[in-house]
Amino acid sequence: MSQFRALSVLPGFNLALGFTLLYLSLIVLIPLSALFVKSATLGLGGFWHVVTGDRVLASLRVTFFTSFVAAVINAFFGLIVAWVLVRYTFPGKRIVDALVDLPFALPTAVAGITLATLYAPNGWLGQYFAAHDIKVAYTPLGIVVVLTFIGLPFVVRTVQPVLADVEAEVEEAAASLGAGRLDVFRRVIFPAIYPALLTGFALAFARAIGEYGSVIFIAGNMPYISEIAPLLIVAKLEQYDYAGATTIAVAMLLISFVLLLSINALQWWSSRRGNR
Amino acid sequence: MSITIENLNKQFGNYKALDNINLEVNSGELLALLGPSGCGKTSLLRIIGGLDVADSGKLLFHGKDVEQRDARERNVGFVFQHYALFRHMTVFENVAFGLRVKQKKQRPKEAEIKRSVHELLSLVQLDWLADRYPAQLSGGQRQRIALARALAVEPKILLLDEPFGALDAQVRKELRRWLRRLHDELHITSIFVTHDQEEALEVADRVVVMNKGVIEQIGTPDEVYAAPATPFVYQFIGNVNLFHSREHAPWTQQHGDAVAYVRPHDIDISHKPQDNTALQVEVKLVRAIGSVVRVEVVADGSSEFIEIELSRERFDTAPLSAGDKVFIRPRQYRVFESGVKDELSAA
Repeated sequence: MSQFRALSVLPGFNLALGFTLLYLSLIVLIPLSALFVKSATLGLGGFWHVVTGDRVLASLRVTFFTSFVAAVINAFFGLIVAWVLVRYTFPGKRIVDALVDLPFALPTAVAGITLATLYAPNGWLGQYFAAHDIKVAYTPLGIVVVLTFIGLPFVVRTVQPVLADVEAEVEEAAASLGAGRLDVFRRVIFPAIYPALLTGFALAFARAIGEYGSVIFIAGNMPYISEIAPLLIVAKLEQYDYAGATTIAVAMLLISFVLLLSINALQWWSSRRGNR
Repeated sequence: MSITIENLNKQFGNYKALDNINLEVNSGELLALLGPSGCGKTSLLRIIGGLDVADSGKLLFHGKDVEQRDARERNVGFVFQHYALFRHMTVFENVAFGLRVKQKKQRPKEAEIKRSVHELLSLVQLDWLADRYPAQLSGGQRQRIALARALAVEPKILLLDEPFGALDAQVRKELRRWLRRLHDELHITSIFVTHDQEEALEVADRVVVMNKGVIEQIGTPDEVYAAPATPFVYQFIGNVNLFHSREHAPWTQQHGDAVAYVRPHDIDISHKPQDNTALQVEVKLVRAIGSVVRVEVVADGSSEFIEIELSRERFDTAPLSAGDKVFIRPRQYRVFESGVKDELSAA
């Protein structure tokens, strides 16, 4: 045991670790293993057959592609929102700050229905897009819109404290050394907030992959075009095809896991280059 | 490069940070801005460096108005109290920063950058730390790196904002001397801000004493200590005893309501009255501190302590102990009108 951990003055290691493992088992590991066990009833061939089905592949493509695009949009605009909230004071700043969290609190179905109504070809916003022959609601574009809405707080809330931590003095030092605004951002600020931005991106991405409630209202759910993988899972469940449903779920889980792991690795690699 | 400041004003809300400042900084001199916190010294430094803007007044570098030039165009090196190093860059990259962000035409070649960074790092005696990150350095090392970084762009003026404020006493003393030597080598016009009188007196060519947004006195370290221009300077630099005319009139002479300012080491102690102006006191405390002996006495019928410093030699010839009744008389003192004193006690 003593080789297993370094001696520490912090008490309660055994208790804390035991609790952590128990908790994670109950909440995460057991449900997930049940998923794997159920999907294993199909066998490897069956698993492969379900996953490589045209409709499943198309839905996975839609899910991951729209989630990725939404997360990228969130990373970019979330950074700007965080920047404004940290760097400037203006009347109503607290209200804007509170607005950012709203997507967390709103039932996702409400968000989906609201956005679908707004962006429908005859909706308040949709009509202007329709005038230019752009359909938003009931297309993958609509999915991106709703996923962007859902994921907004993640980037803002992870970047905000880190950005606030970048002292004004550091920027002043850079300016007095002759750096222009672009150089200050590129060489001083961005490297400092980049790990947080990546975390925010990963969170927003992960959240978007799992999103179901809001998407089904705006997606139109046309197979091969705007049908997301979670919807397919629900469809299979409704047909009592539990093994098929869990198989798609496991596939999603594996892809997500690999993606998040590589984002983590990227972060680990970049922070190793940095201060600690 | 000389700096001229004329009628400079700066206001933060209702608070007047700088009130009509006039100052001439000679080329190649090391000047200290000394004062208590909130006296405006840092504001003045930031305005010179272009990090803040004055409300009115003139700022000239070598006779040229620089008001329209922002920080990046002023060619001023700035060193911050908390170093403000770039955390994600190595020491080498920190120092190289100023060279790398130069416009393409003026930017030195990579080999040139490498050479001058290593030159600067050996100047601050930290060449061996080039590949470390700031988090791995001690405070003193960080501040030296910050200085090397500021010097990389070959500034004409060096501004240091409480450069040793965050360091412990030992390191501080060492860096102080080191800064003085460095300045003697490079001869860059330098201004440093400090609230530590010892630091200012030890390092600077000239000291500017500031209080509440105004300059109280400008002079050499010796001048501000030996001949303080105002009661504030008297009290801020070194210790001082106040003798009010109401309590002991002879030393304030013809002035009606006045206060005599006397340094602790300018007081004579004797067992017999020196002359008819001597004040009888009782010794309350005798404490030997290194080379000096500090004696605290109280005048008859008063409760205020008077602090006296004697050399150990002087003390040994006529030892004192608590309870002794003795006479004191100032060798040297200065009288200020009482109204000034009241203003002071409010400070």
